[in-house]
Amino acid sequence: MHSDVKPPVAQTPSRSRGGGGSRRFFTDYGMVIVLAGLCLLFSVLTLSEQHPVGAAAAEDIADNIAKIVPGGSTVLIMAQNSDEDAEFVRKLSENIGGANMILLPPATGAPAVMRGRLAELDSRSRTFQYIITTNNHSATIRLILSQFPAFSDVKVIVPQSYKWPTFLLPDNIRNVANQITVIAIIAIGMTMVIITAGIDLSVGSMIALSAVVVAWLVGQFGGAQASTITMLLAALGGILVCGGVGAFSGLMVTGFRIPPFIATLAMMQVAAGLAYIFSEGKPIYQLPDSFVLLGRGTEPFLHIPNAVILMLVLYAIAHVVMTRTTFGRYVYAVGGNLEAARLSGIRVKAILFSVYTICGMLAGLGGVIMASQLKSGAATYGLTYELYVIAAVVVGGTSLMGGEGRILGTLIGAFIIAVIQNGMNLVNVESYTQKVVLGLVILGAVLVDRIKQTRMNRKASWRGDKAAA
Amino acid sequence: MVPPVRSRAEDVRPLLEMAAIRKSFPGVMAISSATFDLYTGEIHALVGENGAGKSTLIKILTGVHQMDAGSIRLDERPVSFRRPVDAQQAGIATIYQEFTLVPALTVAANIFLGHEVTGNGLLDHRRENRLAAELLGRLGAEFDPDTCVSDLTVAQMQIVEIARALARDAGILVMDEPTAALAPQEVSHLFGVLKELSGRGMGTIFISHRLDEVMAMADRITVMRDGATITTRGVDDFTRTDLIEQMVGRPIEQEYPRNTASPGETGFEVRSLSGGTVRDISFTARRGEVLGLAGLMGAGRTEVARLIFGADRKASGEILLDGRRLDISSPRDAIRSGVCLLTEDRKAQGLVLKASAKDNFALANLASWSRLGWIHQRREQRRFADRTASLNIRLAHSDQPAEELSGGNQQKLLVARWLETNSEVILFDEPTRGIDVGAKYDMYLLIGELAAQGKVVIVISSELPELLGICDRILVMRRGQVAGEVCDASKGTQEEIMALAV
Repeated sequence: MHSDVKPPVAQTPSRSRGGGGSRRFFTDYGMVIVLAGLCLLFSVLTLSEQHPVGAAAAEDIADNIAKIVPGGSTVLIMAQNSDEDAEFVRKLSENIGGANMILLPPATGAPAVMRGRLAELDSRSRTFQYIITTNNHSATIRLILSQFPAFSDVKVIVPQSYKWPTFLLPDNIRNVANQITVIAIIAIGMTMVIITAGIDLSVGSMIALSAVVVAWLVGQFGGAQASTITMLLAALGGILVCGGVGAFSGLMVTGFRIPPFIATLAMMQVAAGLAYIFSEGKPIYQLPDSFVLLGRGTEPFLHIPNAVILMLVLYAIAHVVMTRTTFGRYVYAVGGNLEAARLSGIRVKAILFSVYTICGMLAGLGGVIMASQLKSGAATYGLTYELYVIAAVVVGGTSLMGGEGRILGTLIGAFIIAVIQNGMNLVNVESYTQKVVLGLVILGAVLVDRIKQTRMNRKASWRGDKAAA
Repeated sequence: MVPPVRSRAEDVRPLLEMAAIRKSFPGVMAISSATFDLYTGEIHALVGENGAGKSTLIKILTGVHQMDAGSIRLDERPVSFRRPVDAQQAGIATIYQEFTLVPALTVAANIFLGHEVTGNGLLDHRRENRLAAELLGRLGAEFDPDTCVSDLTVAQMQIVEIARALARDAGILVMDEPTAALAPQEVSHLFGVLKELSGRGMGTIFISHRLDEVMAMADRITVMRDGATITTRGVDDFTRTDLIEQMVGRPIEQEYPRNTASPGETGFEVRSLSGGTVRDISFTARRGEVLGLAGLMGAGRTEVARLIFGADRKASGEILLDGRRLDISSPRDAIRSGVCLLTEDRKAQGLVLKASAKDNFALANLASWSRLGWIHQRREQRRFADRTASLNIRLAHSDQPAEELSGGNQQKLLVARWLETNSEVILFDEPTRGIDVGAKYDMYLLIGELAAQGKVVIVISSELPELLGICDRILVMRRGQVAGEVCDASKGTQEEIMALAV
């Protein structure tokens, strides 16, 4: 085409996106900042004395013991029987075994056992100068110790405590991640559905349906003695049943043009009813111990829960699908302008059908995880979860109008919700107040989206002026 | 300032004066210097290319935008409108392209919306209907004030909008592209109404792309270009060529470049196509030929294109390309068979407005640079860069959302999408609607180029001079059927087409 016939005016308004990268990051993933802010807030609010336990406590004492305990002293290690206490005793015995001191056999057990042990030492007139224990037992031990006049000179050594936010303890972070997995995984499917300008209200019921189906199948084929293969097939069964429910919603939406809200509202009832029918209204418990591997197990290095790893893998896959494949592109196009997509040769019905099916399957997976976490299946699981899932998607910046949204935004949205809940628990906000706060947060997220949209529209409408002028 | 040609010397009194208006938006100067005035009983047209600043100027007048500098005087008193309501109360009524009627309410209720006729604190339906009927009568309307607005045609809705302006005693009527969606006889009725109103002293500001109508209707014309008012003259002091040259800012040789390709063999054939309002349409088109499709609104031109493209289900009929029968039952089939359609409404049917320009371009073509569903992004970027360069599409960057582009660039983006499909048959439905003169010219050249490549090109347009200018042959439709044919468009006339169309 002839460029020389173009009027010069069209060249001027190439509005730059100012600074490109960083600014787009903030508009696209501005919620990251919100999440970071929340983490900071709860870190400050939960800053408190932390008392090391287990291996950490043992290492702390081993590092400092030479400075405190003179050579040739006799030392008694005392603790209770929990896993972390056992770890403490084992690690400590190992680490100071070679030092220049006499180590009595450790006294571990409930306070009564501890007292018995001291009484025995007292009766044998066995003396010692130091007791090593952790902070949470020191008060009890001092109390017991005061009952033995012979040991009045014995000093109790505890690891040094330090200031650190409870919120940022590795255990708590694992806890937050683990709590959100079910919601976050389902939110992947929900994000796709909402990008097509639809909604799926049935995911909460599908959690229950899937959990019941899995537990029922395992119960039918081996119960508590079921093999790994059986359990995997049962999990697949739960996922496929929910995929079927999702596919049915998709069929109603595409084939009969029933609004997604109505179709999935109906399926929400159907799925919940089926879950009760399958389970005959009772929780199903007879499951093998290894069934909890998915929900409670962790990998051996950083002790990241298996379900969290699964969630992260699914998010990575979904992100790639939505940004790098034709399917993802079509999902956005169908949501942005269904008619334009159809007239561009896209099989819009197939796309819509797929997203509801995927959402159903992911809800099924969520149900499997929940059954594994709770080592049972019951029709009461997942109640009102659809609301949390939708909230995660919306807080993550996906527009309910369709055509816009990001998978990773949803992950952040899910974490924002989890962090708020966890943080409020840590600072002892009661659960009713938590509901109020959570509701306001969702409203706030949508409000931010609205304001952003209005601003964009103002720009676009000014563009539109030029187009219409 | 040139006085309006029609006014007698004694009542030359400006109703409205806008002087030295300036307005900038973040990063862009929208209006650098605009001066505009309007006299009692005058029809004053405002013309210019897209982006010239017409709408911005109007929105300043109607209180949608606030000016940075300048002055507005109404009846010789300075005014400033902070909100649209202020302008309405000052007697300025604006009729936008998108109407602001409530479809579920009756005509009368819409006319008095916000100024309801009441008696004893209750709505007085009878009086409201009587007053509405009176207003509608003055406007020559033939529908009842009881009618539900959703049952009206676009032209009738426009009359309701005008009636509403009259009900509010507006002294100035602003109309943005009032004829864009009207059939020719509706346009002449509207013009009759406007002339009548101006005879009663109404001042009318009228924005249009249709220069013929501007020349026929206006008393004076103001041309805007690059955010400034360039000239204001009486309509008799302009020729059509003048007007275009003022708008684009340089001399033009020829408004319509004629197709120079020599048509080859019959490439495309439609046999007894029926469906919807279309009944038993048959025609052929040769490769290298530009075939026009004319007709009034609702004659079935768009329907024919949609049936061929598979967008609507056809009841019967065959479509052949090079003697081979095409099996088309969806747009997907059509695209695969080498048939594509540039739809008439680019925002509703063409673009995914929020998506980037590149994604919009790729929408119909992803399969050609993806494998097993995986998009080869580098190849996509390369194809996009090639097409935007060859079509001269102006973008800030390839991820710019389609909604931010000007009308002409949006249209070119869609053309780029369809060219990339390498279709043999290209259906253009109103390809130049709402785009500026320069982009129109580009579109004509492109159509000629496609014909020269031996493609089958079919153009639907409501602008008869355009069809006569660029087509080799024109089929005229009436009520879902082919009413006749103008065999040599270069010798055809608008009258000839209209005679067949009505």
